[in-house]
Amino acid sequence: MSGPKLSFDQPNRYIGQPVPRADAQRLLMGRGRFVDDMQAPRMVHAAFLRSPVAHGRIVSLDVAAARRMPGVVAVITGADLVGVVEPYVGVLSHLAGLRSAPQMPMAVGRVRWQGEPVAMVLAQSRAEAEDAVAEIHLDLEDLPAATDMERALDPDAPVIHPEFGSNLAWTRTVNVGDVDAALKGQDITIVEREFRFGRHTGVTLEARATLVEYDPAEDQLTVLYSGQAPHMMQFIFAKHFGMLEENVRVISQDVGGSFGIKIHTYGDEIAAAAAARMLGRPVKFVADRFESFMTDIHARDHAVRGRMAVGRAGHIVALDFDDVTGIGPYSMYPRTSAIEANQVLNLTGAPYVVPNYRATSKVVFQNKTLMCQYRAVGHPIAMAICDGLLEEAAAAIGMDPVEIRRRNLMRDDSYPRTSASGMKLDDLSHQKALEKLVEMMDYARLRENQARLRQQGIHRGIGFVSMVEVTNPSPMFYGIGGAPIASQDGATVRLDAGGGVHVSSSVTEQGQGTNAILQQIVAGVLGVDIARVKVTTGDTRTTPYGGGTWASRGAGIGGEAALLAAQALKEQVLDVAAVILQTQADKLDVADGSVVDAGGGAARMTLSDLARTVYYRGNELPSDMKPELVATRHYRVTDMPFVFTNGAMAAEVEVDVETGFVRVVNFWAVEDCGRVINPRLVDEQVRGGVVQGIGGALYEECLYSEDGQLLTTTMADYLVPMAAEMPDIHVAHIETPTKTSILGAKGAGEAGTGGAPAAVMNAVNDALRPLGASIFQMPMTPARVLAALGRAGH
Amino acid sequence: MKAADFAYRRPADLAGALAILSAEEGDIAPLAGGQSLMPMMNFRIAQPTMLLDLADVAELRGVTAGPDGLRIGAMTRYVQLAADPLVTQGAPLIGLALPHIAHAAIRNRGTIGGSVALADPAAEMPALLLAMAARIELVSLSGRRVVAADDFFLGLYETARAPDELVAAIHIPADASRRRVGFYELARRHGDYAMAGVALTAGGATGQPLASPRIAFFGLSDRAVRATGAEAALKDAQPAGDTLGAAVDSLSALPINGDLHAPPDVKLKLAGVVLRRALAGM
Ligand SMILES: Cc1cc2nc3c(=O)[nH]c(=O)nc-3n(C[C@H](O)[C@H](O)[C@H](O)COP(=O)(O)OP(=O)(O)OC[C@H]3O[C@@H](n4cnc5c(N)ncnc54)[C@H](O)[C@@H]3O)c2cc1C
Repeated sequence: MSGPKLSFDQPNRYIGQPVPRADAQRLLMGRGRFVDDMQAPRMVHAAFLRSPVAHGRIVSLDVAAARRMPGVVAVITGADLVGVVEPYVGVLSHLAGLRSAPQMPMAVGRVRWQGEPVAMVLAQSRAEAEDAVAEIHLDLEDLPAATDMERALDPDAPVIHPEFGSNLAWTRTVNVGDVDAALKGQDITIVEREFRFGRHTGVTLEARATLVEYDPAEDQLTVLYSGQAPHMMQFIFAKHFGMLEENVRVISQDVGGSFGIKIHTYGDEIAAAAAARMLGRPVKFVADRFESFMTDIHARDHAVRGRMAVGRAGHIVALDFDDVTGIGPYSMYPRTSAIEANQVLNLTGAPYVVPNYRATSKVVFQNKTLMCQYRAVGHPIAMAICDGLLEEAAAAIGMDPVEIRRRNLMRDDSYPRTSASGMKLDDLSHQKALEKLVEMMDYARLRENQARLRQQGIHRGIGFVSMVEVTNPSPMFYGIGGAPIASQDGATVRLDAGGGVHVSSSVTEQGQGTNAILQQIVAGVLGVDIARVKVTTGDTRTTPYGGGTWASRGAGIGGEAALLAAQALKEQVLDVAAVILQTQADKLDVADGSVVDAGGGAARMTLSDLARTVYYRGNELPSDMKPELVATRHYRVTDMPFVFTNGAMAAEVEVDVETGFVRVVNFWAVEDCGRVINPRLVDEQVRGGVVQGIGGALYEECLYSEDGQLLTTTMADYLVPMAAEMPDIHVAHIETPTKTSILGAKGAGEAGTGGAPAAVMNAVNDALRPLGASIFQMPMTPARVLAALGRAGH
Repeated sequence: MKAADFAYRRPADLAGALAILSAEEGDIAPLAGGQSLMPMMNFRIAQPTMLLDLADVAELRGVTAGPDGLRIGAMTRYVQLAADPLVTQGAPLIGLALPHIAHAAIRNRGTIGGSVALADPAAEMPALLLAMAARIELVSLSGRRVVAADDFFLGLYETARAPDELVAAIHIPADASRRRVGFYELARRHGDYAMAGVALTAGGATGQPLASPRIAFFGLSDRAVRATGAEAALKDAQPAGDTLGAAVDSLSALPINGDLHAPPDVKLKLAGVVLRRALAGM
């Protein structure tokens, strides 16, 4: 698709500029409006009794004493919600064979993971609700738990859903070419490694939070919700309460981070909404940090055995791997917990020419917290498998890791094409990105420095990744499989009498700057001062219908809709102006909030004058003129299932071989997200993503005891990366606009998280290689690095 | 989570505080900086029936120097310790270690007395006091007593303090200002409790053999522990070669517990590393 002459190709004050976020000042002044800041008359607070064990049968549940506690308004159990909430099942038809059992918001009869809600107390304060929770008597019969995903399919493993006969939720194999034959080829080198990726979770600054009001007079449910997909949640509340969708209003005001955590159906939130309906009183539920660690979705948790064969010149001959991932006792609703495995199958090797590719993933049930989509779904695993094996192969044949990439990356002039797994690819720049990276990091000098330091006993390593990121998804991601998830988004742009412009959009803001780029696009395309543009997002009643934030789609899809709407409004403005000024629309333009003569000419009238004429003095217009100063446009990606982006990243690390500590000394990222709307926001998205990726590589892990007790339930045990340990992260861009839109923007939100772990792992192994040690388990903790050195005899 | 219900008292002076502590029923928790107590209460790990806020008790504040050394009031905050030349000169080991204790925001409120009374096994301060042969002054309605650090830290969050006593002050011996000091810790992230750490002091001039070394580890056991084996190995010796090797080897006799992020064998290895590195800095 190519549109009309692009307004941002002309001098533009906003698109492409590092414009500061309009809401940053408000948030820094403490004027944010988060769910927990909100109070409602007669509001009660919810606290939950949660399962203390990973698997058990509820023998009895006695809430009588809790009901008598001070401040308690009601106590509701899982059984009380039968018939109130329709159970939900996390399957999608395009993930053929995926199965999951019906879920209720709170356990009925059986508990299947530690932390599963069992009963809910509603009280005047959260503290009183917690006091009463302690008075609930829950008698459980312990059942054997299937916790280890690698043993969950063993014949003697406890089966979590007996009706399925096994703990297998889903499996898929991709088989392209003839891997077996390729592996028997002449003159090839095969490397085989076992990778382990720990469970993480996305630690949001603001925990999950919801404040639900129900008005029985109008059968109206209003949900203030810290989340990223209001329309999806509207559907879910309506469907599972048997309500009309229009009677459910979901509002997401300020959201303190989300990272994919706040886009799922959580039992405690559904139960809180059910309670609001049952009591006819507002109910607030705010997860505390214990609950966040225990009940926010977890992610990653993969064990992979993979091998790669390369020819003598370093060309990839075959890539072959088996993956197993544990998802907890259910597939999460409605996005399912098979998407991450599917992404691993789809994305591994996607930057490279891979003639023979075979990959299998097994997704298994286990008695742990549910796993689902978190920032860069599947990407860190896919990139670490391929680029980990690639650097091992390079070492095995004595080739530089940059050189082996040069020989295998898809050529920049070879698009459109498909990846080994059949993904449609276009507008990528792997070669340019790698060359820019090598130049930016001064690779040759770094290698010299590494050699010099090694003589002093300092073990530095340099590691790379070439990566793709799935962004701007079409309906092929979810909608095709029956999910209530829009892949299109809309924007309404309106000119008011005072000359101000209102944008209302169905994409959402969680702190990443969506509202800022919508402002930039509309101000830039329409030709008004950015300070005159107001943005509304996150309200199912007042915004167009759309998908919200996921899969790095806000700028590419929501931004394009805003661009189209601003263009349409501009045309409407010029039509009116042409009549008022008695000229033709194509002789006019809009600049700086005024209608001007086209080609940079003089101002003829302000937009405010024009709007006042339309709104107040319509008598001055011809009777047959029916002016509109509001335009709505929607946009979806049509020509591609996804718009892939690409990047090249490198890490320099220092391994303390006495302690196993790894320090990231430097990090470089070259990213191609198409047109950069706001370089400051994109750079910080990349940096924030890299930091989360470093967290995955070195620090973060949800650790469990063998019987399924989560051990990392505080910020002291679950180690998030902190500023003092982070390296300088150098960011550069290649801009290859996508042809699927006028704006040309692809996503940028997940690349860092997706790519950094592989680069850090490769760098650690580069440092360890002369010592004969290697590590393919993340996070690479001191204990694990020491164990790797120990295995190598150090 | 929210803290369980509790009563709150804020006495104006020491006499008032001690009276409440001895007279009132229930589980009374003195409140100093609150940097450990408040999180524990909010997790409902600690559920005291009463908080006894020491904020107004002037007798527990202030640092004084005398012929026997320093007396540091229990309510002296880390940030005050770092800024006070009496402390940085009279107890240079404290100055060396302070930047490693938590983060600036926590050091703004956390107190030396709170750390000592809590006796967290991974906290720096108990080990510093062991290495300096410091003494802890306890006060109750029945009087004052002074307990050597060696006899004060008894186990996991367990000390020689009786329930009706307050930690009143820390006494640092005069020779702490003259002894050589060493400190090293390994924390995953700056400000975290260490995976392993060591504090040590010794007599003798720089470069000379170590006279009467005192070596205390933290983050290894259920409390800060003296490494008497290593002290014996290094006594009157240069910390190098076989002597140093013997000192490191002796650490295997320490009672080492693993934790979530490091099993005992890793802790032992790290203990050897921090000892070598702390000595290298002396
Ligand atoms: C994020 C974070 C990181 C931290 N990192 C570290 C670290 O790296 N190293 C470290 O050592 N500490 C660390 N801490 C703990 C911090 O140093 C605490 O402040 C300190 O351990 C306790 O001091 P406080 O004054 O805050 O005591 P409080 O929390 O007020 O009290 C602690 C305990 O001592 C009792 N108590 C306090 N004063 C007295 C008294 N005078 N007499 C009798 N009993 C008393 C209280 O009843 C309570 O049981 C960290 C804390 C946080 C929140």
